[in-house]
This record gives sequence, C-alpha cells and structure tokens, in this order.
Amino acid sequence: MRASTVDIQIRDNLRRERWSRVRRMRLLYLSMLPALLLLFVFNYVPIYGIVIAFKNFQASRGILGSPWNNFENFEVLFGSFQFQRVMRNTVIISVQRIVFGFPAPILLALIINEFANSWWKKGIQSITYLPHFISWVVMAGILVEILSPQRGIIGYLYTVLGQDAPLLLTNRSVFRPILIATDVWKEVGWGSVIYLAAISSIDPTMYDVARIDGAGRVRQATAITLPSLLPVITILFILRLSGILNAGFDQIFNLYNELVYEVADIIDTYMYRVGILSQEFEFATAAGLFKNVVGVALIVLVNAVIRRFSDHGIW
Amino acid sequence: MAKQMIDQGLVEADISGARVRRVFGHQRQTAGEVAFKAAAAVVLFLLALTFLYPFWFTIILSFSGFNDALTLGLHIWPSEWNLEAYEFVFTENVIAVAYFNSIFRTAVGGALTVVVTLMVAYPLSKKNLPGRTGITIYILITMFFSGGLIPTYLLIRSLGLLDRFIVLFLPVLAIGFYILIVRNFLMTVDIAYEESALIDGANYLEILFRVIMPLAKPVLAVIFLWAAVFHWNAWFDWLIYMKSNSKIVLQMILRRLLIKERELLEQVIEFGDPGDFTNQQRLPPEALKAATTLITIGPIILLYPFLQRYFIKGIFVGSLKG
Repeated sequence: MRASTVDIQIRDNLRRERWSRVRRMRLLYLSMLPALLLLFVFNYVPIYGIVIAFKNFQASRGILGSPWNNFENFEVLFGSFQFQRVMRNTVIISVQRIVFGFPAPILLALIINEFANSWWKKGIQSITYLPHFISWVVMAGILVEILSPQRGIIGYLYTVLGQDAPLLLTNRSVFRPILIATDVWKEVGWGSVIYLAAISSIDPTMYDVARIDGAGRVRQATAITLPSLLPVITILFILRLSGILNAGFDQIFNLYNELVYEVADIIDTYMYRVGILSQEFEFATAAGLFKNVVGVALIVLVNAVIRRFSDHGIW
Repeated sequence: MAKQMIDQGLVEADISGARVRRVFGHQRQTAGEVAFKAAAAVVLFLLALTFLYPFWFTIILSFSGFNDALTLGLHIWPSEWNLEAYEFVFTENVIAVAYFNSIFRTAVGGALTVVVTLMVAYPLSKKNLPGRTGITIYILITMFFSGGLIPTYLLIRSLGLLDRFIVLFLPVLAIGFYILIVRNFLMTVDIAYEESALIDGANYLEILFRVIMPLAKPVLAVIFLWAAVFHWNAWFDWLIYMKSNSKIVLQMILRRLLIKERELLEQVIEFGDPGDFTNQQRLPPEALKAATTLITIGPIILLYPFLQRYFIKGIFVGSLKG
C-alpha cells in the first residue's frame, strides 16, 4: 500500500518532469513542424488515397464518396491483355537489367583496382561516374542522335560494312538490348564506387600473403577480393531484387514509341498512360498498389532466403 | 658480402618462384600479370572512349550545319563551324525563361530542403526529447510506403496546386532519408557547445542556426547537392503537374524536342519520307537540340570536378551509423 503510493508519486513526478521538458523544448517541436506537416500531407494522405483502387472512382463524388467495388478493378486489370503484356515486359527487362547490370560494377571495380592510384585512374573513375548525374531526358536525346540512321555512328558502321543504316529505336528485336546496354553504361561507374570503397578497406597483408604463396592477380581477385565483397554484394542484391518491378521508367519513357510498346511497355509507363493521360485513376492506382505490394513482399522474401543460407542480409 | 646476397637470392629462387618476387621487391611481375594489366588498361581506355564520345559527338553536332547534321559519319570534326544553333539558343526567349526557372528551382529547392531537413533533424538528434522514438518511426514509415503516382496526383489536384511553381518544391522538401542522415550526423556532434549557449541565454532556434548549422556544414553540403541535382534533372513532376510555358524548365524543353522528333519519326514510318521538311528551316533541328542539351548539362559538367568528392562522400555518410 505504502509502496504503491510512492510509485504513483514517482510516476507523477516523472510525468511532470516530462511535461516540463516538453515545455522547455517547445521551440524544438515548432522547428520540426514544417517537415512533419509536409510528410503528413504529401506522404500519408496519398497512402489513404490508395483506397480508390477498391472503388469505382468518380471525381465529382471524391475519394470518400465514390462507391466501393471491392476487387473488380484488379479483376479487370489482371484480365486485360495490356496488363499481361506490361507485366511480362516489366519482369523480362528487369531480370535482364539485373543479369547484366548487377555484375558490371563489380567487374569494373575489380579492373580499376588493378591500377595503383594515379591521375589517370582517377580520371577514368570520374569519367565513368559522370553519366549517373545526367537525366534520361538528356541521355535519350543524345542516344537518339547516336543511333540515328541519318547521322549516328552506329548507322555509319552499318554503311561501312556495306549495309543500309537501320532504324534501331523502332525495331522490336533490338529495343530491349539497347535499353539494357545503355542503362548498364550509364550506371556502371557510379555503381562501382561502393565496391571500390569496400575493396580499399580489405586488409592489404592478405594480398601480401597470397602473393608469397604464388597467387597471381586473377587468383587474388577471386580468392580475396570477391569473398571480402560478399556482404556488400548481398545487401545490394537484395535491394536490387526488391525493385524488380521498377524496370526503369525514366529511361523507357524517354526512349520508347508506339512501335515498340509490344516489348517495352512496363507497369510505370502503363500507369502513366492509363492514369494521367486517360484519367482512369482506379486502374492505375490498382496497378501501382500491386507493384508496391510485390516490391515489399520480395524484399522480405529474398532477405529471408539469404538469411537462411548465409549470415548476411539487411535485417 | 654482395656475393653472399646473390647466393641467398638464388637459393630462395630455388625454393619458390613467388619467393623470388618477394626478395627482389614488389615491382617484379610475371609475364602473365603484365599481360593481364595491359588488357585491363585497354578495356578501361575503350570504356572511357565510349563515355567521352557521345558528349563530343553532341558538341560537334551543335556546331553543325545541314551538310554535317544530315551526313552519316563519325562526326569527330565538323566541315565548318556553324554558330547558328547557339545564336538561336541564346536569343530565344523560351530557353532564357527555362534557364532562369531551372536555376531558380535548383537553388531554392536545394536551400529549402536543407533548412527543412536541418530543422527536423536537430530536435530528433536530442536523446532527451520526449516523443523522439515515435516521431522517428513516423518518418521511417514514409521511406517504405507511399501512395504512388495517382493518389499523389489527385491530392495535388484537389489542393489546387496544379500549374503552380510551388508544387515542384513542396512534395520533395521533407525526405525521410535525408532527415535520418542529418540526424545521425548531429548525434555525433559534441553537445557541450550547445549547453554553453543555453547557459548564455540563447534559445533552441538560435542554437540551431548559430551553433549547429555551422557544425553540420559537411553533411548539409551533401544534402544540398543531392537536392540540387534532383531539381536540376527533374522533369516528370513538371510534365504531370504543370503546363504554363512561362514556368517551363530546361529538361522539359529537351523532352519536348525529343517528343517532336519521335512524332516525326512515327510519321516517317507511317507515311514515308518527310522530304524537304527539314530544309525549310535555316537551322538543323538536330543542332538546336544538341546545343540545348549542352547548355542543360553544361553546369553539371563544369561543376562536377569540384563537387565530385562530396557526392562520393555522400554515399558513405548514410552508412555511418544505423
């Protein structure tokens, strides 16, 4: 009995102390207000807006007033020929991006690492990072010229070989390879930065020992460098897989055209056309929600699988 | 003495080839290693060429007249230097407006992001702030869940923000990732400065801007650069939210030139050769596009050598503390 009144007193004191701290720090709360408000309006309110994926949305009645239609939007969406094509393209392009784009920065880092620090090594690094900072609008503009059958270097190479210069960006069979190649090209340098940093933190005595044992450069790379990079590689791989439904909106949106929709239309470009251009908001929202759910599910799943077989993982 | 050393070297050479390299110094490499390194150098050199050529090609194209612009070739050097594209670009009103808007957007967007981020990150870095954990989780959630394209668009439409320049700033001022990075940085800052300022009678906002902000300069520079690059390169938000030409940004000019070209291409495929379409103008559209491209990426390329280390530092400030 006595003890509990003391407890209550302590709790009261703590609460009073806490409130006095809140009052003392009120300017700090005021200072947080702009960011917290902005996050509420532009992040939390749109999350609520997702409900229109389950509604028959009518702009005049608003999000709240529009009638529910449960999973009808999803049924229509999944049943549509277009969405199936879009899903297929998204997964194919994304997987190809990972197959070619994921190992490329590791390889580049290993090659760059073969050279001691010198002005030209730094120069090469700087040059390879640069395209990362240039938008796809700009890059697409440059690419269109380079691939142009009237002036581009690729067209020129065809004519040197005695063939007609073809239109490449409207050709279904080469559009995807162009996407993959140019994406790898744009991001490989920047992607290698993190691996180079990881390599520089490897204990150099390991290489000395390997050298004494007669290991050549290639053997050193495969036996020391790569295994040391494994934790970084694993984490980046999980993050990459979780984005499998991000097939590169900026790039495709600026390079594609109606003639290659068949092989290049992805979820995001489809969402833009259906949602923003045709104003069929509920279908586009349903597609977006589907994409987010798959993304979150994948990151959890891949992380669980990797945790099972190794010690690495992001949580 | 010398003979002894050589003898010893020979003895060791007998033990193992690798040991010889060890004894006679690191520089000595086997033929295989030299070949490997040479191959790597060639690969890197070719790679560097593929990075440089597109930009050089664009520069040459921007100075091209019709003869060069419509000729297949390597475009290493133009047959004549034609300045008309630049004359047009530097006198055309729309481009001047777009340039001003892009600079305005980048400068204001970067600065506001830094201020908003610092103002929320500083209180969150104080371990004795009541409610700190809850607010941090509130911010963390925004990093994993979002409403997506359409709900955000509908919100902005219903707020009456369509075609108002402020819509290019508001949704991207508070970014969870930036906030956590600055918070983590501030948690490593010595609070002794702050306590002495409190004793001197300063309030928390004064401390924030007079004491904390100068201390946080390195991390704030990184945040400013990230936000600035984002704003300079952004075009999609303009595309969906804006329409007035007086508010256009450079990236959108390029996007429009790109679309025009695409439409032309689709016409060509549908209706055959456009014939003399392009020759009716004095200026090849390709040169115009190339010149616009160059003035758009110009600031990035010119500032890049000086800023590069901040970007690289930026990758790692995020992973300093979990």
